[in-house]
Amino acid sequence: MAETATPANPETLRAARRSPASHLAPTFESGSVAGTVALKEIPFQTMVGIRVDRNSDAGARLASVTGGLPVACGEISGDERATTLWLGPDEFLVVAPESAHDSLGGDLVRALVEALGDDPGQVVDLSANRTTFELSGIRARDVLEKGCSLDLHPRAFRAGTALATEIGNIPAMLFKTGEDSFRIFPRASFADFLGRWLLDSMREYASPEVP
Amino acid sequence: MLLISCPNCGPRDETEFHYGGQAHVAYPENPDALTDRQWAEYLFYRDNTKGAFAERWVHSTGCRQWFNMLRDTVSYDIQAIYKMGQPRPDMERADVNTSAATTPEGATK
Repeated sequence: MAETATPANPETLRAARRSPASHLAPTFESGSVAGTVALKEIPFQTMVGIRVDRNSDAGARLASVTGGLPVACGEISGDERATTLWLGPDEFLVVAPESAHDSLGGDLVRALVEALGDDPGQVVDLSANRTTFELSGIRARDVLEKGCSLDLHPRAFRAGTALATEIGNIPAMLFKTGEDSFRIFPRASFADFLGRWLLDSMREYASPEVP
Repeated sequence: MLLISCPNCGPRDETEFHYGGQAHVAYPENPDALTDRQWAEYLFYRDNTKGAFAERWVHSTGCRQWFNMLRDTVSYDIQAIYKMGQPRPDMERADVNTSAATTPEGATK
């Protein structure tokens, strides 16, 4: 893994970073409809990709760091420190706040690399791979349903579930964090398109409902 | 659009998947011993079945795992979905000729 040791001045480094949808931040704010649907970017979350057989010793060691590895599609695991999403039978994505990253004084990546050791599998720092959108409000599900073929009804898609799918033809992870709040993880290069797509999808809820 | 039941993720839209061609085309045991003709047949020659056809699919937008599917090429009816490495479910039926598993070109059309 590339050396990501703590630089001399993390604040300088942090100030120089631009998140993939930072240029849309004012548009997200003006496009959000208070009390109905809101969109914002949560930049720079720490994300670590894990590939390991969850029934192996290395899988058990990694699970002890992440607070368990999810068993099946849609499941998540973890604690307040980090959330682990199921991507495949042997593939997981650990999502943690920005401060958990090693370059900002955290130890998540190093702890996972050490847990894997020399066993078969991989632990890769993917923090720059995806960004995070938070879509919330009573109309959040309606916005998503315009471009996502999954059954998003609460009886099928419960809070605390994360699925890999397509939203507006963009491959993304969709994580339902609460009854009316979703986190979407698109890859960085799709963030601009998906951000604008979501804004467009939200626009009708700014107008009075036509009876 | 097909609704395909991924063995890991459940029913998803066809757009989440990619097609991987005919299933059960075994790699030749001794490729060096093949003639150019036989090698070309292994690489490029595939069945063009009318009816039940075993094919490979990958859930590329979801779990990124490969699986096999038995699909009717006329009605698009998905008859079976089974794991990689498992034999074709209707192999034992006498009315299905699946000699294609080893010799793609030799299969009766």
